[in-house]
Amino acid sequence: MRITQGCFSFLPDLTDEQIRAQVEYILSREWAVGIEFTDEPHPRNTYWEMWGNPMFDLKDAKGVMMELDECRKAHGDSYIRINAFDSTRGWETVMMSFIVNRPASEPSLRTWRTEADGRHIRYTHELVGR
Amino acid sequence: MDGDAGDTLATVDLKAEYETSGVREILDELERELIGLAPVKQRIRETAALLLVDRARRELGLAHETPTLHMSFTGNPGTGKTTVALKMAGLLHRLGYVRKGHLVSVTRDDLVGQYIGHTAPKTKEVLKKAMGGVLFIDEAYYLYKPDNERDYGQEAIEILLQVMENNRDDLVVIMAGYADRMDRFFAANPGFRSRIAHHIEFPDYTDEELGRISASMLEGQGYAFDEGGRQAMEEYIRLRREQPHFANARSIRNALDRARLRQANRLFSADGPVDARALSTITEADIRPSRVFSGGLDTDGHRADAD
Ligand SMILES: Nc1ncnc2c1ncn2[C@@H]1O[C@H](COP(=O)(O)OP(=O)(O)OP(=O)(O)O)[C@@H](O)[C@H]1O
Ligand SMILES: [Mg+2]
Repeated sequence: MRITQGCFSFLPDLTDEQIRAQVEYILSREWAVGIEFTDEPHPRNTYWEMWGNPMFDLKDAKGVMMELDECRKAHGDSYIRINAFDSTRGWETVMMSFIVNRPASEPSLRTWRTEADGRHIRYTHELVGR
Repeated sequence: MDGDAGDTLATVDLKAEYETSGVREILDELERELIGLAPVKQRIRETAALLLVDRARRELGLAHETPTLHMSFTGNPGTGKTTVALKMAGLLHRLGYVRKGHLVSVTRDDLVGQYIGHTAPKTKEVLKKAMGGVLFIDEAYYLYKPDNERDYGQEAIEILLQVMENNRDDLVVIMAGYADRMDRFFAANPGFRSRIAHHIEFPDYTDEELGRISASMLEGQGYAFDEGGRQAMEEYIRLRREQPHFANARSIRNALDRARLRQANRLFSADGPVDARALSTITEADIRPSRVFSGGLDTDGHRADAD
C-alpha cells in the first residue's frame, strides 16, 4: 500500500530534479535540511533515524543531493524523507517534510476497532506485510 | 543553440555579453577597489576573456565540456589573495560557471580531523557548504605532511582530488599560499597540479602602493592622515618591511588599527572639546610611538604582526 504522509505524497514520486528544486526552495527560505530514514512508516512513528546532522548554511541543493545519494546507498530499501526546519525564534519547527525514497514493496496498515466502555470505539493501526 | 542557423551563421556578440553578464562590473570593481596588483588584474581580465569565449563556443555548440577552473593563488601574506578570491567567485557566478557564487574559506583545521574516521565527514561537511560556489583553501600545503605518511591530511587530499575531478560543475577550488611552499606541495601531489588550470601570482606591494592602500583604508573608515601623519606612515612602511612577519596590506591594516587606538587616547587625554576634524585625523603622534621606529622587534611572540 502506498504510504501517504508529508507534502506531495498524493503525487507521483518526485524525480531527483524535482527534489532538487524543492531543496533549492527550502534553502532560499534559509531553513535547515535534515534527511531521515525508517523502515517503520507508522503514522505514530514521528522519530525517524537521522542520516547525519541537519544541514545548516548550505547555499546550493547539491550538498543535500550528495547526502541523499549516500543515504540511498545505505538504506535504499527504506523510507527516506527530507525535512526543512525553520530555526527562527517563534517558529522553531518543521516547515516542510516529504518522502524521497520508498522500499520496493510497501507495507500496509490494518485498522482494528475495539468496543470500549460506553459506546466508545478504540482504533489501533497495525503495520502489516513488512 | 545550433551552430548553423540555415544559411546565415549564428553569432555571439562578445562585447554585449561582457556588459550584460555583469563581468565588466566585476572587473571595474576590481580595478577600483584594489590598489596595485597590476599583473593579477591582467591575469583576471585574461581569464574573464577566456571564459566569455568558452561560453560563446558552448552556445554555438563548438565546445561541450566544462573547462577546468580550479586555481592556485600564490603570494606572501596580505597580498590580497582572499580579497581577489571573493571577486573571482563573483566573476565565475556572473559567467554562469558556479551557480551561487559564494566563497567558503578554510584552512587545514577545517578539513582534517583529530582521529581516525573524523576527517572524511569534516571534509565533506565543508564541501557541501561550498557546493555552487568557490572553496578557498588557505595555506593548502599544510594538508600534506611528507614526514608522516599516516597523517590524516592525506584523506582530505584524496576526497578533494575526487571532487575536483567529478564535481567540476558544482564548485571551483582555489588553493592559496606562499609560492615556494605551494610549488613543493604541487610537486609532491601531481594530482593537484594536473587539476589546476590557472596559476596566479600575487607580487608584494611596493612602498608607494602600501602608502596608497593605507590612505584608502583610512578613508574607508572615515579617517584621513594630515601631512605629518602621511609622512610618518611612509616611513613606518619602509621600516616595517625590513622586520620579521611583514604581511603587506595586512600589516598596514593592523598598524592603522593601533594608530586609531592611540588617536583616541590622545584625544581623550587632551583637555577641551574636539571637533569633527580632530576626531577623524590621524597625525604623526599616532604613528611614531610605534616600536617599529625605535628598531623594536616583535617581542610578544603570540602576535603574528609586529608593531
Ligand atoms: N590592493 C589592495 N588595496 C586595498 N586593500 C587591500 C589590497 N590588498 C589587500 N588589501 C587589504 O589587506 C588585507 C589583507 O588582504 P587579504 O586578506 O586579501 O590578503 P591575503 O593574501 O589573503 O593574506 P593572507 O595570506 O594573510 O591570508 C585585507 O584587509 C584587504 O582588504
Ligand atoms: Mg587570506
